[in-house]
Amino acid sequence: MIRGAVRLVDQRSGGAPFIRKALRYVFPDHWSFLLGEVALYSFVVLVLTGIYLTLFFEPSLAKVQYHGSYVGLQGAEMSEAYRSAIDLSFKVKAGLLIRQTHHWAADVFVAAIVLHVLRIFFTGAFRKPRDLTYYVGLSMLMMALLEGYLGYSMVDDLLSGMGLAIGYAVALSIPFVGANLAALIWGGPFPGTHAFESRMYVVHVFVLPILIGTLIALHLALVAARHHTQFGSLRATARKVVGMPMFPAYAPRSIGLGLAVASVLFLLGGLVQINPIWIWGPYHVASATNGAQPDWYLGWLIGALRLVPHFDVTIGNYTLVPNAFWGGAAFPLVVFSVLLLWPWSERRLTGDHGFHNLLDRPRDAPWRTALGAALFTWVFLIFFAGSGDRLFVMFGLSYSLQIWIVRVLVVVAPAVVLVVTKRVCDELRAGERVESERKAAEAEAALEARLVGGRTLVPGSGELRR
Amino acid sequence: MRHVLLLAAIGLALPSLALADPPPGGIVHVSVPAGTSLREYGYQLYGGNCVMCHGSGVRGVYRPAASDELGPRLRGVGSLAADFYLRTGYMPVRSAHVQPRRSRVLFSDREIRALVAYVASLGPGPAIPQPHPGRGTVAEGLTLFTRHCAGCHQINAEGGYVTGAVAPPLGDSSAVEITEAIRVGPYLMPRFSKRQLSDGEIDSIIRYVQHTKDPEDRGGWSIGHVGPVPEGIVTWLIAMVVLVAICAVIGRRHEA
Amino acid sequence: MKRWLIAAIVLLLGRRPRAAALRRERMVPPGPPDRGAELAVLALLLAATVCGAAFPVVYAVDSIPNQTQFLGLSLGLCLAFLAAASILIAKRLVVTEELEEDYPPPEHPTEQEALGQLVDESGDRFTRRRLIVVGAGAAGTALGVALLTPAASLGPAFHMDPFFRTPWRRGRLLVDEDGHPLLADDVEEETFYTAFPQGADREQLGAPLVVVRLPPAQLDLPSGRRDWAPRGILAYSKICTHAGCAIALYRKPTFPPTEPRPALVCPCHYSTFDPARGGDVIFGPAGRPLPQLPLLVDGSGRLRAAGNFSGAVGPSWWGVRNRSPYA
Repeated sequence: MIRGAVRLVDQRSGGAPFIRKALRYVFPDHWSFLLGEVALYSFVVLVLTGIYLTLFFEPSLAKVQYHGSYVGLQGAEMSEAYRSAIDLSFKVKAGLLIRQTHHWAADVFVAAIVLHVLRIFFTGAFRKPRDLTYYVGLSMLMMALLEGYLGYSMVDDLLSGMGLAIGYAVALSIPFVGANLAALIWGGPFPGTHAFESRMYVVHVFVLPILIGTLIALHLALVAARHHTQFGSLRATARKVVGMPMFPAYAPRSIGLGLAVASVLFLLGGLVQINPIWIWGPYHVASATNGAQPDWYLGWLIGALRLVPHFDVTIGNYTLVPNAFWGGAAFPLVVFSVLLLWPWSERRLTGDHGFHNLLDRPRDAPWRTALGAALFTWVFLIFFAGSGDRLFVMFGLSYSLQIWIVRVLVVVAPAVVLVVTKRVCDELRAGERVESERKAAEAEAALEARLVGGRTLVPGSGELRR
Repeated sequence: MRHVLLLAAIGLALPSLALADPPPGGIVHVSVPAGTSLREYGYQLYGGNCVMCHGSGVRGVYRPAASDELGPRLRGVGSLAADFYLRTGYMPVRSAHVQPRRSRVLFSDREIRALVAYVASLGPGPAIPQPHPGRGTVAEGLTLFTRHCAGCHQINAEGGYVTGAVAPPLGDSSAVEITEAIRVGPYLMPRFSKRQLSDGEIDSIIRYVQHTKDPEDRGGWSIGHVGPVPEGIVTWLIAMVVLVAICAVIGRRHEA
Repeated sequence: MKRWLIAAIVLLLGRRPRAAALRRERMVPPGPPDRGAELAVLALLLAATVCGAAFPVVYAVDSIPNQTQFLGLSLGLCLAFLAAASILIAKRLVVTEELEEDYPPPEHPTEQEALGQLVDESGDRFTRRRLIVVGAGAAGTALGVALLTPAASLGPAFHMDPFFRTPWRRGRLLVDEDGHPLLADDVEEETFYTAFPQGADREQLGAPLVVVRLPPAQLDLPSGRRDWAPRGILAYSKICTHAGCAIALYRKPTFPPTEPRPALVCPCHYSTFDPARGGDVIFGPAGRPLPQLPLLVDGSGRLRAAGNFSGAVGPSWWGVRNRSPYA
């Protein structure tokens, strides 16, 4: 039966040689190489659940009054968009499961990409010839952030509406062109035209998924064309990649991982509530709630916005840099610029323009590991500062004290982490060198002992003794 | 790094939590002969527990002997305010410089009624309210709560931060306490009179607050009703841990 | 009939060609069977089947409570059992070969050269190459600009007037959330109110106000605004000048000697504004004071706007301090 199917496909496409090559393609086997696939499978779940949601979601800001089954919103004025999301949660059977799975999948998608990027960075996989693959990947990360933001903002609930106002403020804060840009995107000052909802919808449902899907295909094609990197060993060298073939060894592993990712996402989608929009209520320009937060992957921005001290940079009547720019735009710009410029900078600074198929262990590139750890610490501290109000409510830690402590830490801690990490890497490698020298010396001594028939050489004398 | 932060968090939190407690010396109970009126009994209790900060009650204490023994006058606050502060344990408080917080009530019910009677006798003021949350609706409550309360207390009454104070979560508040708090405006909270919020509207607000203790959680485990922060924690500490573990099971460890 | 019978027998029994294939060299090395693992896989597949079948049952039977949880469990567990089966097959029921393959060559200098040569030779007939490239560049740029130009219709990108326009003008009545006019006598101290312009769209940044009342003796408004707060009633834009959230917090001191002064606070990043001092920022990241709206009390005791805001409403942009708001 299999042969019949193969025959059919080969006759119509001529693809048997390609399929054979593809099925015997060799994958190096390390658990950390699977992180990208976690992201990939999350994306698949996102697309499938997303398509289902588009069959019910109404991307319109036209005002309606709610008369559905949820008691808490009876008679409340809301947009069609919000109402359709409420109906998805209360009226459409399995609607809430799909909605929640979709949202969990978005959170996990970005988390998996972040872990994957960390792995790529700390093992030096971004080096030539894979720097293009790396740029494609970073572009996908940026798109994923925007995609998630648009996705949960389309629902027009109180929390995400507040988040959109903040996004508007960040766009506005871009020097010189901010207001023009924001006017274009929103169709006027906030909240803009009702068509803004359609703009979010078409970008979230069509433009970005197509772009991300295309980039995924390009990313995978590049990985396949250059073959996957590997950690070095006696067999696994820069010339020969060692691993398991796609079929029959790798395919069930990958399929298993995909099923596991889908399983985790659907279990979360059914068992752990996420974004209960009926509790937040609909968005109105004049409404707000305490404790409003963006989804986790934008938490670094709220932290930055809260940390920057209060000043607009002005000259006379001209506002050169509104306050929100530093935390909302400059900060992510700096982080992404560092990440994008890293492969080129590393080549320039180390003078290493060669091709690399072998991975570094993090300790084998102490400066890269130390600088990466410092950058991560910087971003993480700022991210952490974003939830200071909840820490205050839960533990009584003074909010203003927290802000000040983090302001100091964001300067001090990365420096400390840099120094400590570099030291740890150097010490680990020194330890390995000592260890391998010791082993080599012992091996040599044992070899000599065998050669001279159980007698040892007295050092310096040339004599043999038992 | 994270351990240091957690320890620092605990270290910084402890003092502020302690200050919310009643005075370290406890409270002074008095014994009065049988037949003493409630007001007279309250007067005696007041003398032992309240006068050092509130003075005679008519004028309050603004230039205290000790730096943290000062307090507003109580004439005209009525039994409503006295009942609120005493039943929640907001009063007595260790120091005038910290926000009164819900704490263990050390007075007995009779002592509280006595103190309330005394404070009410200082001057005409509002009586203890009698709300009827059953007459309100959750939907009206959500609208009113969003307008007047959610900015500080969070949309699901989980509590929040306002510069200089905490707006506490409302899960422990009774219907009477909620009404009293709205009418009193304790510490930095605004004070809403009947002109601004009628008794009927407060009924709906109470109905809504009661609803928030157990809101519609048809999505599953509610993880706190505060939104993306716990969602992010679940993403990383549950989903990613499980998924990375599965990767570790499927894949191989590095052999040097 | 006999022919059909023979044909059927041959079809059923004629397996000889396959035997010839068996004699080819093995591609996948052999491995021992693992009946225990097979049994486990079968059990997992059975469990997956049961869970998967449960999904439409839960879906269809309305009386089953907690639908979302059971639907999620059935689908999630079905997938989990399938995942486990797949991984078990991978680890125990197929042979995990360790193969070697050459990394592809880093580059192909010959083909690169050939490509370069191809382009060069194709351009042989051009005598004014650079000029034509410049011309093509100019035409391409013009085409690109032309294609992008309709994007300017997305919004008023080239005049900033809409950013200064608010629905407030002198004489506009203040109404509360329910549309009733706000009476000066109804505005009490120690609390806060939200107000809107009568008859205007509420869903714009310039519309909502936060109204508070302070004892006139406590006011210290900037010069030029001394008469903006009749009887101590103050109106400010409800939209924070930092990032546009609604300022839904008001703190009022019960006992001023120990508590901070009255303030309007934004719940997003905790920008704190002083209503007694014209909306100055006293905490938090906002870079601009809160715009104040002048008020007057009309003959019937109703609050009306006495003009437009003291500054542009909402978050800052390049020209936010350039001009005053207007209706």
